[in-house]
Amino acid sequence: MMEGPAPTSEGRLHDPVAHDSAHKHVAGTAVYIDDMVEPTGTLHACLGLAERAHAEIVAMDLSAVAEAQGVVAVLTAADIPGANDVSPTGKNDDPVFAEGAVEFHGQPIFAVIGETREAARRAVSRAVIGYRDLPHVTDVSDALERVLPHVTEPLTLSRGDIAAALAAAPRRLDGRMRIGGQDHFYLEGQIAMAVPGEDDDVLVHSSTQHPSEVQHMVAHVLGVPSNAVTVEVRRMGGAFGGKETQGNLFAAVAAVAAKRLGRPVKIRPDRDDDMVATGKRHDFLVDYAVGYDDDGRIHAVDAQFAARCGFSADLSGPVTDRALFHADNAYYYPAVRLASRPMKTNTVSNTAFRGFGGPQGVIAAERIIAEIAHALGRDPLEIRKANFYGEPGRDVTPYHQTVEDNILPRLISELETSAGYHERRAEIVAENARGGVIRRGIALTPVKFGISFTATWYNQAGALVHVYRDGSVHLNHGGTEMGQGLFTKVAQVAADCFGIPLDRVKITATTTGKVPNTSATAASSGSDLNGMAAQDACEQIRRRLTAFAAEKWAVPEDEVVFEPGAVRVGAERIAFPDLIEAAYMARVHLSAAGFYKTPGIHWDRAAGKGKPFFYFAYGAAVSEVRIDTLTGEYIVDRVDILHDVGRSLNPAIDRGQVEGGFIQGMGWLTTEELWWDDAGRLRTHAPSTYKIPLASDVPRVFNVTLAEWSENPARTIRRSKAVGEPPLMLAASVLEALSMAAGSCGPHFPHLDPPATPEAVLMACERARGGP
Amino acid sequence: MVAVRREIRFLLNDTEVRLADVAATDTLLNHFRLAQRLTGTKEGCAEGDCGACTVLVGRRAKGTMTYEPVNACIRLLASVDLCHVVTVEHLARGGTLAPVQQAMVSHHGSQCGFCTPGIVMSLHALWLARPDPTVEEVETALQGNLCRCTGYRPIIDAARNVSGDPATDPLMVEGPRIAALLDALDDDARVELGRGGSRAILPAEVDDLAEVLASEPDATVVAGMTDVGLWVTKAMRDISPAVFVGHLEELREVAVSDAGLTIGAGATYADAAPAMAQMFPHLAAYWNRIGGWQVRNMGTIGGNIANGSPIGDTPPVLIALGTTLTLRKGQERRVMPLEDFFLDYGKQDRQPGEFVESVHVARPAAGSLHAAYKISKRRDEDISALACGIAVMLEGDCVREARIAFGGMAATPRRAAQAEAALIGQVWSEAAVETAKTALTEDFAPISDWRAGAEYRMKVARNLLTRFWLESRGETSQLDRGAA
Ligand SMILES: Cc1cc2nc3c(=O)[nH]c(=O)nc-3n(C[C@H](O)[C@H](O)[C@H](O)COP(=O)(O)OP(=O)(O)OC[C@H]3O[C@@H](n4cnc5c(N)ncnc54)[C@H](O)[C@@H]3O)c2cc1C
Ligand code: FES
Ligand code: FES
Repeated sequence: MMEGPAPTSEGRLHDPVAHDSAHKHVAGTAVYIDDMVEPTGTLHACLGLAERAHAEIVAMDLSAVAEAQGVVAVLTAADIPGANDVSPTGKNDDPVFAEGAVEFHGQPIFAVIGETREAARRAVSRAVIGYRDLPHVTDVSDALERVLPHVTEPLTLSRGDIAAALAAAPRRLDGRMRIGGQDHFYLEGQIAMAVPGEDDDVLVHSSTQHPSEVQHMVAHVLGVPSNAVTVEVRRMGGAFGGKETQGNLFAAVAAVAAKRLGRPVKIRPDRDDDMVATGKRHDFLVDYAVGYDDDGRIHAVDAQFAARCGFSADLSGPVTDRALFHADNAYYYPAVRLASRPMKTNTVSNTAFRGFGGPQGVIAAERIIAEIAHALGRDPLEIRKANFYGEPGRDVTPYHQTVEDNILPRLISELETSAGYHERRAEIVAENARGGVIRRGIALTPVKFGISFTATWYNQAGALVHVYRDGSVHLNHGGTEMGQGLFTKVAQVAADCFGIPLDRVKITATTTGKVPNTSATAASSGSDLNGMAAQDACEQIRRRLTAFAAEKWAVPEDEVVFEPGAVRVGAERIAFPDLIEAAYMARVHLSAAGFYKTPGIHWDRAAGKGKPFFYFAYGAAVSEVRIDTLTGEYIVDRVDILHDVGRSLNPAIDRGQVEGGFIQGMGWLTTEELWWDDAGRLRTHAPSTYKIPLASDVPRVFNVTLAEWSENPARTIRRSKAVGEPPLMLAASVLEALSMAAGSCGPHFPHLDPPATPEAVLMACERARGGP
Repeated sequence: MVAVRREIRFLLNDTEVRLADVAATDTLLNHFRLAQRLTGTKEGCAEGDCGACTVLVGRRAKGTMTYEPVNACIRLLASVDLCHVVTVEHLARGGTLAPVQQAMVSHHGSQCGFCTPGIVMSLHALWLARPDPTVEEVETALQGNLCRCTGYRPIIDAARNVSGDPATDPLMVEGPRIAALLDALDDDARVELGRGGSRAILPAEVDDLAEVLASEPDATVVAGMTDVGLWVTKAMRDISPAVFVGHLEELREVAVSDAGLTIGAGATYADAAPAMAQMFPHLAAYWNRIGGWQVRNMGTIGGNIANGSPIGDTPPVLIALGTTLTLRKGQERRVMPLEDFFLDYGKQDRQPGEFVESVHVARPAAGSLHAAYKISKRRDEDISALACGIAVMLEGDCVREARIAFGGMAATPRRAAQAEAALIGQVWSEAAVETAKTALTEDFAPISDWRAGAEYRMKVARNLLTRFWLESRGETSQLDRGAA
């Protein structure tokens, strides 16, 4: 296994600096919300969840709950002073507490506030709720068949006459693919603690990727202006999209209870409640028709992406949009029609999850390629190459953005060589041909991922930088830290701007009181946006300092240079703190609010046209697997990754994102299975039943390389690229390798749909042999 | 009459703790986080599956201490009487990171950091036992620790590059002193605790246990807590009066004799592992796939049998080996073939006041063929979709005796009587195996659930007989992780 780079102490930009909290993480001293000292009198909330998938509430008797030992209050929809809604898109379809009817098994109906968490939890089960069952639908295909409504407006991307192009293509295939969902399984579950203040004020500590939204939601639910609510978060114990909107409800419940009772209220659901009551990655059902020719070149793709959205819209609109934006992955579709169907189901409302619909699009694209390759008896890599975006005429996406920065040809050819793809594949094909119980598979898959929020207005960020008289720097911005190392990277940028050591920059908790109206830390955009905003703030201060120094020491401004360790003013080198003290005495303003908005992007959703993405991030992976054709068990033996992060701000952190994203993607496509029973209950709602990867699932050979030569042609922060989401999709190579191994059992295409559990793999082996 | 003590006594890091006000259901994790405000140890799941709550529990052994990682979330507080409990706060002494912590920082082993304290504790325990571990040893040590952020690669690297000598680790250096401190607290008494009507009893010895259970026949026997702990944290069940048995060294004995292996009901999976692997090499790999390391340090063979679960991993393989079970009530003992203990779903042949005392596994006869298979969605720390133990005794070419037992195929762990019958007296051949495979459909009608569909269960059960046949011919088909 390859060694990672060792952290350095100076902490310069582009160095593999350790995560700012690494020392605290290992020592157990990093403070998460549940570790904070609770103010005296803190109460604890627990949610009462629906026990039906779809039903009218005909009776509700909570008196036994209220009378239980240690219970202080019981809250229902009637107790909400403002709006009973935490819908992030203003659709008013996401109640805090269900009223009149429940729309999924596990929907919150009431909350118990107790002196202790245990008292609240114990009391919940004493509720007596009468239901009248209504028909429920949990599955996407049922939702399609029964023509359930869309939870939000669908989208179609199209180009050319699809029917004509399909008809004209020499070959055609039709297929259907099911793509499973995924629970985030952040190790720190949802949590919020609200501390009431005077007047309407409330301070909410919330484990959220989106403090501004929590602020607005809490204000909306309390019926107070946003300026009464302050939301703060220093760090999350993982989020992955699961804390983009899903923290809203918990924060709202804590805040309502705190204001009503005049005491701090904390809510930390048990893991099972968290998994049952919060949204996940969308499951998809993809129906596709593809026209192609004997060379494997695609002429036309007509595909419908139906998603299990759950009972409300949440972020299903942009998520299903992004599935379409990535249904081409890296391939040019001359004629194309991609349609989304955001289906309503009686399940928890699905939400953001690393990749935000993009991964499902990519998986479908790779399935199409594999199926063409199978039909033609060719190496899927040849088919991939035949369809890559290329020269003008073959460089426009289904959303009419021109791909100008494609580095896949170089990336893939380097990876093919470094991983020995062709030799290994030849050997595997030969070995499989000899038969036997154990079969092997290998696959190389690319990823091209569009960077920017497709909601264009989201692409803005703010930062606040103070320099104190001793030269120490206080850094704040709208981004949140969930483990991805954002705070470290932005601090590196700030330190670099001033030429000071990293440890002179104090990283501070994200709070709506310092930087307002922020966007979610999501869409991989954290460093791109907040790094730029912080740089803007630092540069404002630096410009003031430059002007001041030029005047005081009588040198031209271009002779004031912020070098590592000191500021050069003419021939002199002045220590940064000395310059700051002098500037302070001369009444220079040492604080600045920075701002950034991504230039040049636009998106017309109605027309399905625009330039929604600032740039693309690329990567590719080769995975090799073995499967046992008696049981469907498998092992991922080796993975080689070459990934593009532009000019890395911190290669250690970026590599961590690539590896972590890949393994998380592998989990999604292999062992992580969401399973609903006939009553509409999610039965895989805890780590005992929902299986994310372990150390022993990581390939023993795991070669991860960052494409060092890549520099972002777009003007991003120091020419780096976003890295949070794209690597997740590299795990498509695992699914494709498993599919190849299963496919070696017979002449038929194995149709291995994710999650490829051992059971799914065994069934795919049977299908390859000609089974059902 | 044994003496009765009304408090538990233990060491928490460097502090002696005495508590009388303890309910049976109080967990170790809540004690740290709520009562002691030691918040380094995290709760990720409260069911023993994520490892965020991993701490070390030290027991006295030969004048010094041995430390094992366990899950504090399901470990009940009463059970740490006379133990040394070590949390992450105790590793960095005087502000200097312990070598494992330093290695984790140097290798970028944390991202969000929430899993990290637990991982550090597991790796610290590994390092104490194995300063220079193989990848496989690291993976095995981390079976009970989930990390959602890193993809584990940097953690594995860190674990394999810890500097320093475990012999100089404070826990090792201080072992004899800690053991002496605990000796001084130990009065050989029965412990009886309670709070608000919730009672916990720690009998002084096995005879005392028999006595306590005779007088409290409806008590909950609490062994490793890997089931009972979840009744408490998830179902919020009242388990009072709870009679703890995990501390009874006599009940943990693993005795090897010419006749075979006698394992005390209180022996943990980890206690039994070496002797099991030695006498039954086919169980070595299987054993390491039961739970994760923390669960193997807690869960007991007695508990795995007594809980009557249809998906416990030890019953099928023990039944295939012809294991007998000894139950005890007061001074009376009953011995029965293990399979007879399982009457029906949730129903076992155990009287009120009776407890499982031991199991006995006879040495395998020469010429017998054995196998143990576990099929689960995820390779490690997962509950079986199905589990299978097979023993076939050959006489010449013919099958003299066959014992095939499955878990996950019926409401109880059960023998495949028809399949066995199809083999007995036949020449050991592919044809005989095929007949046995067909017979399996008469033996079982498995169900579909979230672990596997009925069709898959049946298909794989049959294929496992094929696998066994192939293995008997020296053609191994089981996947292993292979070398790095
Ligand atoms: C994370 C995790 C992973 C797991 N993985 C596996 C796995 O891979 N395979 C597997 O088989 N199991 C697994 N389990 C389940 C668990 O380990 C077993 O069921 C375990 O053997 C129970 O033993 P225990 O000592 O912990 O029993 P406890 O939880 O203490 O008790 C279990 C039951 O047995 C009774 N009992 C215990 N000892 C006796 C006795 N001597 N006499 C009479 N009654 C007694 C108790 O009263 C109770 O009803 C897992 C559990 C967890 C939490
Ligand atoms: S909290 Fe997950 S194992 Fe204890
Ligand atoms: S670092 Fe986040 S779960 Fe491990």
